[in-house]
Amino acid sequence: MAELITYREAVSEGIAREMRRDASVVCIGEDIGAAGGVFKTAQGLFDEFGPSRVWDTPISEQAIVGAAMGAAMTGVRPVAEIMFSDFLAVCWDFVANEIPKVRYMTGGQVKVPLVIRTANGGGLGFGAQHSQAVENWALSVPGLVIVAPSSPADVVGLMASAIRSDDPVLFFEHKALFASKGAPAPQGHLVPLGQAATLREGTDITLVGLAWSVPIIEQAAEQLSQEGISAEVIDLRTLVPLDAATVLTSVAKTSRILIVEENPFQGGWGGTLASIVADEAFYDLDAPVKRLAAACVPLPFATHLEDQVLPSVAGVVATAQAMVNG
Amino acid sequence: MLLVDPVAPTTEELSGWYEQLLVIRGTEKAAFDLFMSGLVKGTTHLAAGHEAVAVGTSAALEPGDYVWATYRGHHHAMARGLSAEACLAELMSKATGSCQGKGGSMHLTHAPGNMMGSYAIIGAHLPMAVGSAWSAVLRKSGQVSVAFFGDGATNIGAFHEAINLAVVWKLPVVFICENNLYMEYTPISAVTAVEHPAADRAAAYALARIVIDGNDVVTVRDEVGRAVTRARAGEGPSIIECMTYRHYGHSRTDPAKYRPEGELEQWLMRDPVKVLRDRLVAAGVGEAELESIEARAKAVVDAAIEAAKAAPLSDPSEAFTDVWADGGSTWRS
Repeated sequence: MAELITYREAVSEGIAREMRRDASVVCIGEDIGAAGGVFKTAQGLFDEFGPSRVWDTPISEQAIVGAAMGAAMTGVRPVAEIMFSDFLAVCWDFVANEIPKVRYMTGGQVKVPLVIRTANGGGLGFGAQHSQAVENWALSVPGLVIVAPSSPADVVGLMASAIRSDDPVLFFEHKALFASKGAPAPQGHLVPLGQAATLREGTDITLVGLAWSVPIIEQAAEQLSQEGISAEVIDLRTLVPLDAATVLTSVAKTSRILIVEENPFQGGWGGTLASIVADEAFYDLDAPVKRLAAACVPLPFATHLEDQVLPSVAGVVATAQAMVNG
Repeated sequence: MLLVDPVAPTTEELSGWYEQLLVIRGTEKAAFDLFMSGLVKGTTHLAAGHEAVAVGTSAALEPGDYVWATYRGHHHAMARGLSAEACLAELMSKATGSCQGKGGSMHLTHAPGNMMGSYAIIGAHLPMAVGSAWSAVLRKSGQVSVAFFGDGATNIGAFHEAINLAVVWKLPVVFICENNLYMEYTPISAVTAVEHPAADRAAAYALARIVIDGNDVVTVRDEVGRAVTRARAGEGPSIIECMTYRHYGHSRTDPAKYRPEGELEQWLMRDPVKVLRDRLVAAGVGEAELESIEARAKAVVDAAIEAAKAAPLSDPSEAFTDVWADGGSTWRS
């Protein structure tokens, strides 16, 4: 068996594969050149491709994302890094008002083949301004592809699809998963956008997660199996396009669904998914649709406080048991 | 700094610019009239008074150069090739509009002329212009990018981020401020730390302080021409502040009552149309020839108004196209 690689290594590997394949792919961001990125997710890119392909910027999130947009509209494929996803708020005008709307409001005269990649999520004790899971911010804006992988191979395969896409993609890399390991991606690995992965088959309940919450629901499913409950585990992998079909097919089989999100309950992506299930799978259900998400507070710094706020394996197990044994 | 002496324009060039100026002015007036008669909805931000900046700049550019504009951008789209008909039809939500009714007055775009759009969030397109300049460098295409913006945009962060990055990366971009003295309803001087909101900031980015008469096509063409030559030679960006004046209020709902009495009249004496006409007269062009140019321009605008009125509304299905590159709007796989 091939050597395992880390999620962190998969990020730079995924970008490098596309840069080798397509000379129009360039990287732009803070500290991504010789420094290799503050999370080392751009490690090796500067050495291999040099300063004409990997561009260090000032701390200017609006200029980074705005310039990447302008370049994407004029013949190159930029991969822009926003160091922490919380900082998307600094350039939110571009993410919410410019990038997803320009194709539409020009009547299709232009396209924006752009990837914005960013380190997302909690679990590392970085406090309220460097720990948020913000995929749901983007979900409220039509026109953005939203990717949030949970494994190294998916990072590579989804990065390839993201960079080759002619649509703008927000690519969320999870900080708490950077050190996790998995099988390396085969050469040419391509994971289509909008294709959820069923990681474990089950018959009693469907557990749905994204990025950080995927290992949570996998561990919960393992514990549930020891108690005789058969849980199906679905990793959505992308929020837009949303693979609701895989979820609905699963619910038709299990008749129960528990959605596990890292973001606060209020405004979370699970609400959108839950409404689709309630609308389109109501007569398949034997229990109310349930969501487990973070508490509706800013994320605290201390680990023991952060643990209070984020969903846990134990919480997923207890909720699933109640739903199945209900 | 590269010094370039612009070649004096020929009579033919002056005549061509005059006709272009008149077509744009006529279209702006038509937009106002059509709004008043209920045929244009939403809002418009008319650029009557600013046209020399658009026409003069366009005269200094190559066809492949990029132009980025604001929500007050009818003149910039038209100077880069958008027809009066496509402009008015877009304002009237017609199928023949440049964006099929999905953009409107504030988002006129003419991608075939590399006029990359009009943006209605102040300052947002300045980083985009830096991006197309960066793209030109990456592709070694020799194209220059121009960003037009108002005096009010100089107080927003994106202005400063964009200029700093353009200077640091020595990109071929020309930042052109249309200083019309008012930030929406407020005098720009009341809310800005320096007298010239763009030019007086240039020193902070190691750029020259350039303030010019924005109502004279030839002055604009000459100054922008120098900046474009520098940019194409790899000498980096420039900031040019063009002094001009808005003949109408900020938007359709603004009668501009806050302007001191007599100010508009003072500026009308320096109307870009009059300034260019005077240049033509000085160049020896006779009254008959001038009237013939004016009649041609009027005919173009009149035909555009009729054609736009006669065109059908864009198809209702247009609401659900062009979100994604596949042309559609499906968000579930």
